[in-house]
Amino acid sequence: MRNLRFPIPRLLAVIFTVFAVWLPAQSNAQNHDRDRLVIGISQFPSTLHPSFDSMLAKEYVNAMARRKITVYDHDWKVTCLLCTDLPDLAKRSARYEKTPDGKDGMALDYALDPRAVWGDGTPITTKDVLFTWDVGRHPETGTDSSELYRRILSIDVHDDHRFTLHMDRRSCDYQGLADFNLLPAHLESGVFEPAADYRKRTLYDRDPANPGLWYGPYRVTQVNPGASIVLEPNPLWWGKKPYFKQIVVRTIENTAALVANLLAGDIDMIDGATGLSIDQALSFEKRHGEDYQVIYKPGLIYEHLDVALNNPILSDVRVRRALLHGIDRQAISERLFAGKQPVAHGQTNPLDSVYYGDGPKYTYDPSKAAQMLDEAGWPMGAGGIRRNADGTALQFDLMTTAGNKSRELVQQVLQSQWKELGIDVTIRNEPARVFFGETVSKRKFTGLAMFAWFSAPQSIPRSTLHSEMIPTEENAWAGQNYTGYASDRMDKTLDDLELVCEPEANRKLWEEMQTLYAEDLPALPLYFRANSYILPTWLKGVRPTGHQYPSTNWVEEWTVTE
Amino acid sequence: MIRFLATRLLQCLLVLAVMSFLIYALIGLMPGDPIDLMIAANPDFTSADAARLKALYGLDQPLLKRYGNWLTSALGGDFGYSRLYSQPVLDVIGPRLANTALLVGISLALSLLLAIPLGIAAAARPYSVIDYLVNLSCFAGISAPPFWLALMAIMLFSVTLGWFPAGGQAPPGASIWEGIQHAVLPIGVLTLASVGGFTRFMRASMLQTLRQDFIRTASAKGMTRTRVIYGHALRNALLPLVTVIALSFGTLFSGALITETMFAWLGMGKTIYDAILGNDFNLALVGLLMATGMTLLGNVLADISYVALDPRLDFRAEEP
Repeated sequence: MRNLRFPIPRLLAVIFTVFAVWLPAQSNAQNHDRDRLVIGISQFPSTLHPSFDSMLAKEYVNAMARRKITVYDHDWKVTCLLCTDLPDLAKRSARYEKTPDGKDGMALDYALDPRAVWGDGTPITTKDVLFTWDVGRHPETGTDSSELYRRILSIDVHDDHRFTLHMDRRSCDYQGLADFNLLPAHLESGVFEPAADYRKRTLYDRDPANPGLWYGPYRVTQVNPGASIVLEPNPLWWGKKPYFKQIVVRTIENTAALVANLLAGDIDMIDGATGLSIDQALSFEKRHGEDYQVIYKPGLIYEHLDVALNNPILSDVRVRRALLHGIDRQAISERLFAGKQPVAHGQTNPLDSVYYGDGPKYTYDPSKAAQMLDEAGWPMGAGGIRRNADGTALQFDLMTTAGNKSRELVQQVLQSQWKELGIDVTIRNEPARVFFGETVSKRKFTGLAMFAWFSAPQSIPRSTLHSEMIPTEENAWAGQNYTGYASDRMDKTLDDLELVCEPEANRKLWEEMQTLYAEDLPALPLYFRANSYILPTWLKGVRPTGHQYPSTNWVEEWTVTE
Repeated sequence: MIRFLATRLLQCLLVLAVMSFLIYALIGLMPGDPIDLMIAANPDFTSADAARLKALYGLDQPLLKRYGNWLTSALGGDFGYSRLYSQPVLDVIGPRLANTALLVGISLALSLLLAIPLGIAAAARPYSVIDYLVNLSCFAGISAPPFWLALMAIMLFSVTLGWFPAGGQAPPGASIWEGIQHAVLPIGVLTLASVGGFTRFMRASMLQTLRQDFIRTASAKGMTRTRVIYGHALRNALLPLVTVIALSFGTLFSGALITETMFAWLGMGKTIYDAILGNDFNLALVGLLMATGMTLLGNVLADISYVALDPRLDFRAEEP
């Protein structure tokens, strides 16, 4: 009978050995496959159609499989990716002209790269340009914004590759055509009509692995909705051949799980734009920095406090200036973000070529702030809170997105430093859905609202500063001038910035705009956010850009160390 | 029984119809609509764009009219289009429903397989070492937050030992073994998170049953302890547990949110959550209705189980 006993200890030992030896071996076999790169991001694109739903995750994936006509490069200069030359006023490939109704317009000459072909071998031609224009300007298509397409009054086609756009207005940033997202006429024209249902029928969602939709170094070969997108080299790509035989972009929305997946070797890298926040990256670097490359790239994400200018307290510019003098933004940057997120003195990033560094700056000076508040009629009152002559306390709400750890930390520091000045700040946070969907977009905040703007280099801040862009019920809450800032001087400067293109005059306008912003302070600048990229030590060639055109626009430069 | 089932089915349909309107109205009350979110995200978005898209998606119409349009389409089998996934709603929900059924189904079965014997063992020897050990484990499982359990599981079994993938699901065409590897951790964590509660219910119910007169009579007749427990007490003790399982059916269906998020498991909980936050009205509505439907189904199954477990009950008692 003894021999028939179940050998549990032995069985357990065998099972443990299998798990301990065989499973890790399986896992490692995958991890060390250097022909394959697995990238972790925290959001999944809602669509791969280039003209629907503007989102970073989609830009990141699409940049590997299709190229925009122009983008901003690593030095934040406009460059051609699909065209051969940028239109230029000096070369007469950009010209001023009159529109049919007699207004000032522009003609812009472009030529598509003659080597460019869709992934099924069909050449990329001006037929695609015309089809894209038709889709973009059609009122029922449902594209995010048809503004660019509507500005194009007509297109002259010269041959298969050369065309001229006739624009309805003059503009100094005429060279860029990044939002003109080329579509394959030979595939998409068959599903375009009726336009109102185009979004439901587009092949970018119904047949995303169709090679004819793509023309980048890679093409999408598999989409697992919500989970992953697989890309493989496009054999018809005309540029430098990419290194990796397969790139998998995996979505893991929880950032703690994202890190765990990286440590477990299930993903190789975490992208910066849609990955970890700066505090998470700093914490990761402390513990695992030796095993990975951690890159911090400050960029065009401008963290600031929008001011409700209809609040009688905050409508006084002296109070706004005092508020800025009363907070130590340098210490916030150094202590909370290890100095990786530079202090902002305005909304234009110092890395931007149009940045003006000699405008007013508000360094930390609590005694000056106190003096300014005294002069503004807010002397210190009982209980350490300042009150005006009517007895009204100097108090307002400070709002941001609930659950955003970095913002909530900054918020507490601000509250504490302003408290020392005799300002009573109440923190009132809301879920992002409510905060952006209602409170900010419909201008319902009554004090300060902390959030970030993401813009392009040399972007004229018309939508946030022009008085025509104040959201109201009458204009269906369109526009992003949530503070309600209205200044004739600023309006004129912004208008001129779009029209006065002579370099010296244009530079002066940028200076004036930034000076006005710093003097009027419709928003209180905090810092420029940095994106944190966590890459394996063996990966090279990844160059974060800091702007909205991601590093994957140059994915063919990515390779591995020997 | 047929009359009973038909009556309950009608009741369920009525509840679903009322719930569909309530959910639609509540979603409509949420701040902002999809176009508002586009306005906030896109500086080039003009009021003309907003008006054009609101008209295109029917968002400029009154709530009742929108609900009427949706209901008419839904009765015709068209549950609308998901804005977040750019697919018909049913195409989005189908695979996720299967994933959730797999995750929750196996986890529920494992939880019960563990909870019932553990609860019986603890109740059979109250205040013994076994009882204390079972209770301690239960409280540990109940009090440990699922996201922490998930993280610890990932750190131990994926990062340190390298036994299982840290998350995600096996890609299409992968082997069954790969599928199992991906499922072990989420199922394990969900089981650990729910087994404690079920065990406590089982223990309490069995303790109460073992104090009943008929148990004393059975023991007095000379039956063994095992026979008393498994032959007489178990069926009675299972009744409250069935109620708890039935009530938690809908929650299990839609509430594995944390486990799904931590393991990047594409299931219903995460889908409903994303749909609500992303203003995907159609997807949120159908997802929530399915959760309601599962709760109702759970209750019908519970009623049937009561009759199967307790011979004193029959379907006629339910009939008017």
